[in-house]
Amino acid sequence: MSVLTADLPVSRSLPGWAGTAALLAVAYVAVPIFGTSYLFEAILLPFLALSLAGLGLNILTGYAGQVSLGSAAFMAVGAFAAFNFNLRVESLPLIASIALAGFAAAAIGLVFGLPSLRLKGFYLAVSTLAAQFFVQWALTKFSWFSNDSASGVIDAPPLSIAGVAFEGPVGRYLFSLTVVTVLTFLAYRLVISQTGRNFIAVRDNETAARIIGVPVLKTKLLAFAISSFIIGVAGVLWAFAYLRTVEPAGFNLDRSFQILFIVIIGGLASIRGAFFGAALIVVFPLVLSRLGSFLLGDIFDSGVLDMSQRIVLGTLIILFLILEPDGLVALWDRVRKRIGTGLRRS
Amino acid sequence: MQAMNYAFGGLGSVPFPPDVQEHLAGLDARTDDGGARHAEARDSALSLSSISLSFGGVVALTDIDISVRKGEIRAIIGPNGAGKSSLINVISGVYRPDRGHVRIGKNRYQQVPTQKLARLGIARTFQNLALFKGLSVLDNVVAGRAYTVRSTFLGQIAGLGRARREEADARDRAGRILDFLHLGHVSGRLAGTLPYGLQKRVELARALVAEPDILLLDEPMAGMTATEKNEMAGFVRAARDQYGTTVVLIEHDIGVVMGLSDRIAVLDYGRKIADGTPEEIRADQRVIDAYLGVASENEDGEGI
Amino acid sequence: MSDFDWLFFIEVLVGGLLSGVMYSLVAIGFVLIYKTSGVLNFAQGAMLLFAALTFVSLTERGVPFALAFAITFAIMVVIGIAIERTVLRPLTNKPPITLFMATLGLSYVIEGAAQLIWGTQVHGLDLGIEDLPFDVGGVFISQFDIFAAVVAAGMVAALSAFFRYTRIGLGFRAVADDQFAALAIGLRLPWIWATVWAAAGLVALVAGLLWGARVGVQFSLSLIVLKALPVLVLGGFDSILGAIVGGLLIGATEKLAEVYIGEYFGGGIEGWFAYVVALAFLLVRPSGLFGQKLVERV
Ligand SMILES: Nc1ncnc2c1ncn2[C@@H]1O[C@H](COP(=O)(O)OP(=O)(O)OP(=O)(O)O)[C@@H](O)[C@H]1O
Ligand SMILES: [Mg+2]
Repeated sequence: MSVLTADLPVSRSLPGWAGTAALLAVAYVAVPIFGTSYLFEAILLPFLALSLAGLGLNILTGYAGQVSLGSAAFMAVGAFAAFNFNLRVESLPLIASIALAGFAAAAIGLVFGLPSLRLKGFYLAVSTLAAQFFVQWALTKFSWFSNDSASGVIDAPPLSIAGVAFEGPVGRYLFSLTVVTVLTFLAYRLVISQTGRNFIAVRDNETAARIIGVPVLKTKLLAFAISSFIIGVAGVLWAFAYLRTVEPAGFNLDRSFQILFIVIIGGLASIRGAFFGAALIVVFPLVLSRLGSFLLGDIFDSGVLDMSQRIVLGTLIILFLILEPDGLVALWDRVRKRIGTGLRRS
Repeated sequence: MQAMNYAFGGLGSVPFPPDVQEHLAGLDARTDDGGARHAEARDSALSLSSISLSFGGVVALTDIDISVRKGEIRAIIGPNGAGKSSLINVISGVYRPDRGHVRIGKNRYQQVPTQKLARLGIARTFQNLALFKGLSVLDNVVAGRAYTVRSTFLGQIAGLGRARREEADARDRAGRILDFLHLGHVSGRLAGTLPYGLQKRVELARALVAEPDILLLDEPMAGMTATEKNEMAGFVRAARDQYGTTVVLIEHDIGVVMGLSDRIAVLDYGRKIADGTPEEIRADQRVIDAYLGVASENEDGEGI
Repeated sequence: MSDFDWLFFIEVLVGGLLSGVMYSLVAIGFVLIYKTSGVLNFAQGAMLLFAALTFVSLTERGVPFALAFAITFAIMVVIGIAIERTVLRPLTNKPPITLFMATLGLSYVIEGAAQLIWGTQVHGLDLGIEDLPFDVGGVFISQFDIFAAVVAAGMVAALSAFFRYTRIGLGFRAVADDQFAALAIGLRLPWIWATVWAAAGLVALVAGLLWGARVGVQFSLSLIVLKALPVLVLGGFDSILGAIVGGLLIGATEKLAEVYIGEYFGGGIEGWFAYVVALAFLLVRPSGLFGQKLVERV
């Protein structure tokens, strides 16, 4: 009913749900059995955290049309808030810490979303940079946030819920997978609801939306809050499940851009887009480094890798914007449709 | 022909559709002190008093007085840049007039609160399409019920009773309006992908689904073929006849305007130069000089 | 308040104003492109880095100053035109924010390329101006800052003259006012765009040299774009005067804040303070310093 499925009669019917169920079955059963620890540590864990962050940003930018360049700040707020709730509130279950961290990120998101009530476009995009720099500064400056640890780097607590410990790469993977699945389902419910429709209305024509009675200001703030909540939880997964440490440096401007790129490459205003984009962003550097050292040998050191990554990433962004503005999702659907008609014909 | 009857019905005995008449009768019973001024105030759905508006150095409106009676189709015509759209934007609160005020029902406003417009019973369409391109036609029209939504986003995510009822009700009404406007066959398409004429009609649907007391239409037939125009004129008339909606209509096609409206106001360079029934306007020398003389060469509406 | 050190205050203020000039210089590059094509060119910082890196690498290889300058300028012009052709033109008529994201991608490409070609080490850059303090009636001012301010002022004067008195410059202003009208009277937009990108390249080169001499030529040069953004928000993306005044304001408040209230925040506030100033200002006056109030057409 939204952009997500309107042009996609295929995924509307049962096969859509069957596909999702099959995917979940593979993710929950086959992957843990056959996956190597490299697969979990280097690919799936960052993939899940970044997908969730991309999903959060997509709600704000893709659906509600408010560009944010400060996503990493909200990830940082989530990670540090979860760390501190877990540390300072005794016997608080981990899941509660994570939820509270989400709310903390939502609250900060709400504050930095306030300019959106008066500013638009570039002005708003630039103002979200304030969030990026301010949050990073505050977390570095006030060592209370990192429990006065000398290096500013702190270990994440072990993951356990209701006595069940999620240990090792597989455990952390299953933990992340569950959090991501639940939040994705809720986000899906949101974007097909009246509120989701309001997001798109505000994005496509703010004046018309206001005139038909969409509460524009409330809708924008809600988009900021919900998006920041999801990104905050993504930050928790990033720190607790993937990196196992919490440090401000990892949540820098480059990370914010990375999340924005995930959304652009994957597909704006699409739930699946965040996953497609994150997959590409996580996998392509690994491929590039293999390919580089295979073709060029020793010249392809980490410095060169880093630079060529930037070049390839930047080029990808430009190419997608020019050739496939609806992202990998649109590409995927086209390919699938073509294969579908090909099969039917033969 | 019915439109003409309205126009010549005269003050106080305007033949409103039955339900509206009933409503008015109820009002009459309560306020029985009568008097021409009260009658005027009671019958008027909307009025503008000495509205002036300018942008930087450009004067868009100068000292405009216009009143719109309940249930009438009130046309506003005038050459390009005369200030017609500005007038509708003032009524809908998109522009803030430099001077003057707008009265809607019993309320007087310096600037009309746009976010409350729908609840005040006013809906509008736009000269330049203002659909939500990323939503399906059906969703665009369902969005027209936004002002009635009371459920919270949490309720909607959880699919609680009220959220479900609201959504079902909105879809139901939207479906009916789409059928009424013969748009049923495109309801699943993305609004942005429709041809221009259909998009204009979807905008009308989005406005109508709110069941407004007053409908503001800014060139709803611009860029349409003669057949499409006739169809659209039929819809506008039907909306008034079936729902008793008051209509303020901006339109360049004089033929359509003369046939459809009860009263016409003519703007030129931001001033009102004439106001009256189609017959009076047709005979008005100033209007002929300023506008009709040119417009008659452009009967089909292009080029104006 | 009797023990308030006015001399010191003025010294800080002047220092701030002068570093503000450096911000303005970067911001002007943005304004040029924004005015003609409505693009907020995030890659301006990367262009600045590329220019400075190219120039330094050339002089380090023994190319004389003037020649190195000319070669770098030529390269910047080619890059600018290439960007306009390959990236922006296919995106004509796309929403401004899409164009912005494209330039974000562009900045990644240029940064990557600059360092892939010239390496990642930090280069010193000596413009022959010593950074010695300079006594003006008891107030010490950096000689380098003054030099930078003079260059920036010269730059602004040259650009203004160019846009006021040359045919192509007048075309630029026509395009900035109304693209369609400019097309209608037969102005060749591609030429104007190419010129503007060349001018932006020149601004990037000059700013890159000044900043490079100041902080060393290295990757972080491209982050100067982040200093220019609050200036642009304050002064308006489309006003050269705004970029100048905005730069001065941001430079001065930033320095003053750092010196007088920074300690209450534990220092290091320069990363976000400018943004807060610009935002606070915008919330009070959404059209910026010089922008007139525009009412969205409906
Ligand atoms: N938002 C705005 N900003 C600046 N000037 C405006 C704005 N809106 C309208 N104007 C100016 O006000 C005058 C009246 O414009 P308006 O759009 O109301 O005319 P109109 O009668 O609707 O014309 P048309 O038949 O072309 O739609 C014009 O000179 C127009 O340029
Ligand atoms: Mg108009």
